[in-house]
Amino acid sequence: MTSLLRIDHVSKAYGSTQALDDVSIDIRPNEFFALLGPSGCGKTTLLRSIAGFEDPDAGSITVTDASGGQTDLLVLPPNRRPVNLMFQSYALFPHMNVRRNVAYGLEREGLSKDEIAARVDEVLATVGLADRAKARPAQLSGGQRQRVALARAIVKRPRLLLLDEPLSALDRKVRAEMQLELKRLQHEVGITFVVVTHDQEEAMSMADRIAVMHHGRVQQIDDPVTLYSRPANVFVADFIGSGTLIPGIAEGAGLSALGRVLPCHAPAPVAGPAVVMLRPESTHLTSIDDASRLLDGTVVETHFYGGSTITSVRVSGLQPPVVVRTAGAPRHSVGEQVGISWAPADAVLLAADDGTLAADPGAAV
Amino acid sequence: MPRVGWLRVPLIVTYAFLYLPIAVLVVMSFNASKTPFTWTGFSTRWYGELFSNELIREGFVNTMIVAIGATVLATILGTLLAIGVARYFRSSIVEAYSLAPAIIPDLALAIGLLALFGLLGVTLSLVSVLLSHVVFGMAFVAAVVIARLGQTDASLEEASRDLGAGAVTTFARITLPSLAPAIVAGALLVFTLSLDEFVVAYFTDGPNTPTLPIVIYSMVRFGVTPEINALAALLLLVSFTIVLSAQRITRLTDAV
Repeated sequence: MTSLLRIDHVSKAYGSTQALDDVSIDIRPNEFFALLGPSGCGKTTLLRSIAGFEDPDAGSITVTDASGGQTDLLVLPPNRRPVNLMFQSYALFPHMNVRRNVAYGLEREGLSKDEIAARVDEVLATVGLADRAKARPAQLSGGQRQRVALARAIVKRPRLLLLDEPLSALDRKVRAEMQLELKRLQHEVGITFVVVTHDQEEAMSMADRIAVMHHGRVQQIDDPVTLYSRPANVFVADFIGSGTLIPGIAEGAGLSALGRVLPCHAPAPVAGPAVVMLRPESTHLTSIDDASRLLDGTVVETHFYGGSTITSVRVSGLQPPVVVRTAGAPRHSVGEQVGISWAPADAVLLAADDGTLAADPGAAV
Repeated sequence: MPRVGWLRVPLIVTYAFLYLPIAVLVVMSFNASKTPFTWTGFSTRWYGELFSNELIREGFVNTMIVAIGATVLATILGTLLAIGVARYFRSSIVEAYSLAPAIIPDLALAIGLLALFGLLGVTLSLVSVLLSHVVFGMAFVAAVVIARLGQTDASLEEASRDLGAGAVTTFARITLPSLAPAIVAGALLVFTLSLDEFVVAYFTDGPNTPTLPIVIYSMVRFGVTPEINALAALLLLVSFTIVLSAQRITRLTDAV
């Protein structure tokens, strides 16, 4: 598939800090793409480089225009780029009402008054703010402001809409609503969205594909399900979702740890220090004498969440407890001896890249 | 909770201390008597005489020329200074020095300006007073505008660029309007300061073009007349009006 936006070997340093380190991402037409990572991972720098407010030291960023030609974004000033950015603070012009805020970008294109009015009306209806057109930004709620910012950006019909932490300024309840709303709008207007977020749930629930970034580098680009079930490395495994990481040494198709070989699945060949990742819902509790059990442990905590229960099991030789999610009410009491099992295909074997998670094999019981 | 009545006493005393001289001034400006220290009855006679006094009329015109001219120049230059300091030289030292003329003693500023005009061979006139008032006026405008710039979201300008506006359009449509309240407040401040500025004007003015404060000073040397009271009361009225409207403008915009 041809990409809409091609980010090619882009690097950017601030002094000795490498904000972007050889980043390459292809974003497809009509995709809802998320840049996800902890703060300081370089995602905002990348977004601002696409918009034109940062100048990369190396690499290229090109956009495929409507006729199929390639436009080099880096040579254009921000006001000439066929992309729009929705700012984290929304950056609504406080001295203009909603209608004038939204019309601002169209006026810069020199369109006729009638066309501007028609397009502003249309976009205000799309975001459900037709009746607030005369209001000043200060008179709007957080959710309404966010929708004005969105309307102001999409009314320009950009090839690509960049959204910088679009939901971070909203409270929890409104945020959940706006997640659905953003997804619906993206579908409705047919514009490619690139969202920057540090909130993995937000990225997982909205995006078609996610690039996980850390220390200026892209760790993995995949759809949410693959990212969750087949993380490419320990950072992604740890950052996305919850679970248990068991350090050891790779041994054939398993992990040598805790004095035995744990069965698991290796998406890529791994040798030497390694980690196996267990997701809470793919890990099962068995009785202590069950023959299929892979580890033994003692229940240290149970938390009932209504629909499901999280049970923490202390396994001798492992520092953090193994976390298991089961449907329904707790079936084990604290202090009880239990067995732990999993299907080998659900346990992902990953190279221990930084050494901090790899166990000293001598410490294994 | 019971109110502690006596706690209000210091407030009342302080306010009296602040406003008693002003109250006396205003009351005595309506005194019919020629001697400024005895009340003989209400009269607006001194206000009438004020307007027929040639010296005062001339001083008033000179002061208006200086105040308006200095306000216009100081507002433009001070705004540019503020934007330059806040957006292009993020240095607290540069910022501090740009505001210094507002804080340094008037006397030092006046002597320095006099020396400078002497060195440059500038003939002292209303122009030299005007330029001198621009010096400290600029610093006051810059101070107010820098404070405003610190509060405004820098991403507003980026948003304007992002939406297709060039640098000039962004400045005219986004930067200036968001600074407008501060610029207006700064201008009103300069106007009020220039209106009754004495020290700097006394040093840098030519002999034939006295500003109003200088006229008042030369009249007071022969004793305070009720006419002076009336004049001071009028100046007070102008200053109060301007300061209050400047405050109102800044408060209005803080609400946005």
